[in-house]
Amino acid sequence: MTASLLQVDNLKKYFPIHGGVLQRVVNNVKAVNDVSFDIKAGEVVGLVGESGSGKTTVGRTLLRLEQATSGHVRFGGVDVMGLNAVDMRSYRKRMQIIFQDPYASLNPREKVREVLTHPLRLHRIGTASEHEDRAASLLEKVGLSRDHLDRFPHEFSGGQRQRIGIARALAVEPEFIVADEPVSALDVSIQAQVINLLEDLKNDLDLTMLFIAHDLGVVEHICDRVIVMYLGRVMEIASAADLYARPNHPYTQALLSAVPIPEPGKRRKRTVLKGDIPSPINPPSGCVFRTRCPMATEDCAKVVPELKSVGDGHTSACIHTT
Amino acid sequence: MDDTAHGAPLTGDLAVPSETAPLLQVENLQTTFELSKTLSVCAVDGVSFEVHAGETLAIVGESGSGKSVTSLSIMGLLPKDVGRVTGGSITLQGRDITRLSDTEMRDIRGKDIGMIFQEPMTSLNPVHTVGQQIAEMVIRHQNLSNAKARARAIEMLDLVGIPEPTARVDAYPHEMSGGMRQRAMIAMALACEPRILIADEPTTALDVTIQAQMLELMQELQDKLGMAIIFITHDLGVVAEVADRVVVMYAAQVVETGPVEDIFANPRMPYTAGLMNSIPRLGSSINKTRLEAIPGTVPALTSLPAGCRFHPRCAFATDVCKAGNPVLEEASPGHMIRCTRWRELTLGERRAS
Repeated sequence: MTASLLQVDNLKKYFPIHGGVLQRVVNNVKAVNDVSFDIKAGEVVGLVGESGSGKTTVGRTLLRLEQATSGHVRFGGVDVMGLNAVDMRSYRKRMQIIFQDPYASLNPREKVREVLTHPLRLHRIGTASEHEDRAASLLEKVGLSRDHLDRFPHEFSGGQRQRIGIARALAVEPEFIVADEPVSALDVSIQAQVINLLEDLKNDLDLTMLFIAHDLGVVEHICDRVIVMYLGRVMEIASAADLYARPNHPYTQALLSAVPIPEPGKRRKRTVLKGDIPSPINPPSGCVFRTRCPMATEDCAKVVPELKSVGDGHTSACIHTT
Repeated sequence: MDDTAHGAPLTGDLAVPSETAPLLQVENLQTTFELSKTLSVCAVDGVSFEVHAGETLAIVGESGSGKSVTSLSIMGLLPKDVGRVTGGSITLQGRDITRLSDTEMRDIRGKDIGMIFQEPMTSLNPVHTVGQQIAEMVIRHQNLSNAKARARAIEMLDLVGIPEPTARVDAYPHEMSGGMRQRAMIAMALACEPRILIADEPTTALDVTIQAQMLELMQELQDKLGMAIIFITHDLGVVAEVADRVVVMYAAQVVETGPVEDIFANPRMPYTAGLMNSIPRLGSSINKTRLEAIPGTVPALTSLPAGCRFHPRCAFATDVCKAGNPVLEEASPGHMIRCTRWRELTLGERRAS
């Protein structure tokens, strides 16, 4: 049993809504509501959910790109939520992020050389003369070449840009990476290239990763464990193999049954959920999924179900599960 | 090349035994975009297919493959002054529609051919209620009175499963969720009961649970109304679910076409096979294997490789592939392949897992 590299406890992130003449806080968007999980060193954990489930906000809050409303995030035993800006910098070096949109996440005026040496300068790693070689070796690591150093982002395709984004995240040799939908914006044939690259890098560099995605096929392929979120709360956590073979929570079951299978004639019996995801401003009382849940009863409205164990390392937040 | 409306079709007749003539027949379609005075690209290069009543044809391809331009060409919605159909024919119920005027096309769009697009927020008019937008269609095409048009709008909203249609008819697009907007757009597209519905990535912007609702709805409506659907997508899972026949496009050309079972069980063009192998499937955690990625990137239409357009990325490419331009050949009934080496290649049959 390896120790947790990252331990998240009761993380909350509310975005205030201002209203009225005095622009007082009239309500909150409860983007992340009481989320707890841990990630062990060397593990790839998937975070799945539909839009508005709060998965991206979790990733950003972990790295303090958003300030959490409450809760604790311990990285290597230290609560990073309480660190001041100077102390946080040394943790930023250890925790990096890969963004979804390879077109928006690179500065169009910076050459690749600057994109990759910037983090090195910022964290005072190596000397200026070493930076060039380091940038070149990073490019080679992600399947590009030294010749690309003097090019601008617009000269690259989407897949290549995502490779540059990955190289930038790796520049400071982080232990932990949040990959926020890293392949969603890419074409199918390019997706596979980037997924393979991430897997290789993970193995070569011994990375720990939080892989945020909505594509359940991709998540199963790359992740060891999976966290399912809905409307700001965790519904289920299990190993990838367990979750896909034996989904426990009605939401996970519906989500998996909604994924189209690329085999004609194999149309499954599926649970089609009625309606839309409710607003995170006024989430349903009790279980947030109950308004769309085929199994919902009156009791579901009363209490927020807690994650309880339904198997080895498999937890689910539903009062109906056994 | 025989371009007449009833010339020998390149695809189809054998694939779908249909007593009736195809509803829509696209033959050797060529659409050119003039990027500047000296530079033009052929975004659709000799594409042929046909669609029969009641069937769903999926057009699959990556960005830049020409799948959306094909649909815009059919609908006559190519950007003015830049893109135009420069060759081939599009025959709708026996009538070539490539040379129709804007006014004539307007009579066809919405009435004979309905359309839904990827992004409902950008295709609905934000300053009109959804009711007004549906009513506008039936007033324009069916000369209904305002009151009757409103009733029709409510009826359509009800048909696509929007709760409380009598209240929702007065809602503006921004007051609806993504799934609701997509339903409203389907309602609008189907208000005049078109024979053909062109759906360009209709579920790509939606979450999977909403996508499942949408696919179910479209199938239900197809059963009820008997229209043909041209479904443009890059998601092979969706294709397997909805399509009867598939057209695979790569770099402006059709590279493989056939019945959906054939295409998935036995892809014969290396690109199609590559696409199939590059998607992670559910169930992969039990038996983890590496994805077989297709190397390289889709070529820009301004600098297409000589010979087979896929050869720089193809694992099976030889000198033959660099030299000749492969043509579509029929491998089995209705299954056409654009590959010089298809006879000698075994790409490995995919068996259901």
